[in-house]
Amino acid sequence: MQYILLIYLVIAIGIFILPGWLKKHVGILLALVQTVFFVFFFSKIAEVANGNSISTLLYWIPQIGLNLEFSLTGLSLAFALLITGIGALVFLYASAYMKGYEGTDKFYFYLFLFGGAMLGLVLSGNLIQLFIFWELTSFLSFLLISFFHKKEESRKAAFQSLFVTAFGGLLLLSGIVLLGSVVDSYSVADWFAGSEMIKSSGLYLPGLMLILAGAFTKSAQFPFHFWLPGAMQAPTPVSAYLHSATMVKAGVFLLALLSPVLGGTMEWTYIITLVGVITMFLGAYFSITQTDLKAILAYTTISALGILILLIGIDTKLSIKAAILFLFVHAFYKAALFMVAGVIDKKTGTRELTKLGGLYRFMPITFVISVLALLSMAGLPPMLGFLGKELIYEAKVQSPGIASLVLILGVGGNTLMVAVSMYFMFKVFLGKQGAYPKLPNEKGWLFLLGPAVLALLSLLFGLSPTALGNSIVQPALSTIRKEMIDVELKLWHGFNDVFLLSLLTVLLGMGIFIIALTKKQFLIKWSRFNSQFFTIKFTDIFVQVLRGFLDFSARNTKRLQHGYHRFYILTVILFASAFLWFQVYVTRNWVLDSYFTLTPFYISGLVAIIICSTLYATITQSRIATIIGMGVTGYGISLIYLYYSAVDLAITQILVETLIVVMFVLVLQRLPRFAILSSRLTRVRDLIIALSFGSVMAVLALQALHVDFNHPVSDLMVKNSFLYAHGKNVVNVILVDFRALDTLGEVTVLVIAAMGVFVLLKTKKA
Amino acid sequence: MNSIILQLAAKYVRFLLIFFAFVALLRGHNYPGGGFIGGLLAALAIVYYSLAFDWRSVQKKLFVKPEGYLAVGFLMILLSFLPSVIQEETLMKGIWVSIPFGLLGQLKLGTPLLFDMGVFMAVIGVTLLFFFTLTKSR
Repeated sequence: MQYILLIYLVIAIGIFILPGWLKKHVGILLALVQTVFFVFFFSKIAEVANGNSISTLLYWIPQIGLNLEFSLTGLSLAFALLITGIGALVFLYASAYMKGYEGTDKFYFYLFLFGGAMLGLVLSGNLIQLFIFWELTSFLSFLLISFFHKKEESRKAAFQSLFVTAFGGLLLLSGIVLLGSVVDSYSVADWFAGSEMIKSSGLYLPGLMLILAGAFTKSAQFPFHFWLPGAMQAPTPVSAYLHSATMVKAGVFLLALLSPVLGGTMEWTYIITLVGVITMFLGAYFSITQTDLKAILAYTTISALGILILLIGIDTKLSIKAAILFLFVHAFYKAALFMVAGVIDKKTGTRELTKLGGLYRFMPITFVISVLALLSMAGLPPMLGFLGKELIYEAKVQSPGIASLVLILGVGGNTLMVAVSMYFMFKVFLGKQGAYPKLPNEKGWLFLLGPAVLALLSLLFGLSPTALGNSIVQPALSTIRKEMIDVELKLWHGFNDVFLLSLLTVLLGMGIFIIALTKKQFLIKWSRFNSQFFTIKFTDIFVQVLRGFLDFSARNTKRLQHGYHRFYILTVILFASAFLWFQVYVTRNWVLDSYFTLTPFYISGLVAIIICSTLYATITQSRIATIIGMGVTGYGISLIYLYYSAVDLAITQILVETLIVVMFVLVLQRLPRFAILSSRLTRVRDLIIALSFGSVMAVLALQALHVDFNHPVSDLMVKNSFLYAHGKNVVNVILVDFRALDTLGEVTVLVIAAMGVFVLLKTKKA
Repeated sequence: MNSIILQLAAKYVRFLLIFFAFVALLRGHNYPGGGFIGGLLAALAIVYYSLAFDWRSVQKKLFVKPEGYLAVGFLMILLSFLPSVIQEETLMKGIWVSIPFGLLGQLKLGTPLLFDMGVFMAVIGVTLLFFFTLTKSR
């Protein structure tokens, strides 16, 4: 399976080097690739049935528990089929939609890479690995939302979504690490085995909250839902693929994956159910007052995600079954509707409901497709959506604990869904002709192929749901519940209380729709009421919190990073000498032994020269003289090295000293004339600090004599140098072999320093 | 600067310095020397020459910009890790091969030499980059 991801990466990069005649059809080409993978995953259905799985394990960094584990289970297969299947259709659609835009190479690159990242996410058997793919999808979503990066709203929306989802991703990572510490592994299989241990540990609740935060931000749950409507700034294929069918369902996937491990507790059920039910209702509630086609779809997507989360929270056999079925229901109709919305936008030049109407005259095929998809969204027979809704009601009726709240809000949400679907259909396609900027047509079969296939699938699976139930829902359900479960799906459930609820829903929905249609002011008043009643605007809060945080950081940074180089050095030296003095006191208690010698006489002479030249360098008024004084000090020190037969060190010191003199002279020419600008007091202060630092270094050098020399590491290196590293010069062997990592680090520092100098001196002129 | 003595000296000294730079690099594994010292020596040769002459003419003779030396050096260091990865040993383990030269004995070549050459190039690059940016922005 790792090869599939590798192929994704290679093909994504390959997009840029395609020859021109192929590049024209790159969308279709990528759709074909996705289809191939779809067929591949489709062929694996039999192997993962009954809760079996196919796994591979590649060791990556086993020391920290990070391995590449891929496992294809029934659950991941269901998602993989969605990702590749809908992916193929979306690429077909994109090949028509993206024609004429600039930077389509980049677009396809991101979108295809996203497909790979999403597949990697659902195939991950290691949670750290899952997190990596998780953040990768957030990041690609950011790049795709900001595809029209010249528009300010796009950039804002992209940033907002990245901020919310990446922040949630970090919370998720901390949750994974926290709970991973309980079972001492990040492998999903180990978590399954240690489920009881995790649930009984004190870290369960904090870990659960963090993981839920990750899932809720990704799946746009209340109160993090606000980024999803903003994400509609992305090109429509992206909205259809990422923001309805796949990426936003990653949170649902994660919760489904972890429900055997973390589920079954009060906390799990209540938190998830509550958040899900609120999101479900609010999404539907806000969708009806929107006027932008994509905004309507975005809010209904939020509502659908709420339903999915809610079903996983209820955590019964039936609810999980309903969740998996609804996953497909929603992916089918929502991707189709998004594509239809994109077509309408392209062909008429507007997505505003108020300007649309009567489109069935110009776009009959689109009309039929939309009706099918909308029927599914409203949950009416004979569509798959009806089946999904029936199952959901059944699950809600049986939900333990807060069934009444769930049921009431569930009926409310679905009622609004029915109303929205009908309103959408009527306002866009029926009624009198709207005032659109362009007269629409239906040219371009690529536009309609994707939505048509999806709408037909909604219908076909609605009529004969057995195939879907046996081949996809059953394996996924068995994976999550860890037992063999037979899945039987039927369109007609008999006349029972669930059917009555459905009937009620439809009637109420029709009622709202008729009121909305006949009384023009109704929806306007409603939306005015909303904006008065719900004064909390989540987007505004987000912006305000972020701005406050940035101001706070800016103020702090200014205090610490004042920009005066002399004070930086002052701070560093003050702290260093204070700590060093303290350490000298702690280890040696001020006791100084001074058995160092100055024999033979020429060493004493050398030391005298070094001291004189150093003093001269500090006292003299001429800069050149200072440099020469420092140079003499350096050469003197290298002679001392030589005396103690550290030849390499001595050579290096001489060469570096020479270069430093040259460099300093070059720098000097750029400085203004020498002048004393500081007051006497500051110079005295600097003198004290310098003396303090100098003396602590001297004391340290003296203390170094006390270091235990009985077992020096150098013996080992000298012994092994020729034996293992084939070198007689130990210093060099240490540099290039024993401690090659250190040298690599030093060279890296050199490179960074060089870049710094280069940039500083180059940019100054501008 | 237009000192004839300096220029004349620079003409010959640079060859000497660069020669010794290579000597230092190659003998470094067994005797005092090595990539760092060699690199400094070579850089000094170039610095000395460009102090005597115009630095612009020197830059032309360098074939590659200092940044290039840096990059090549860094690349060589990374390349020197490759054999250890291929042999599935610990990363950065020195891998050696001996090439027999008949009566002359044998030549031992190892990844540490490549590593050292990388250091050599990188040091030249960094020093020259410092030097040239300082002289240029005068």
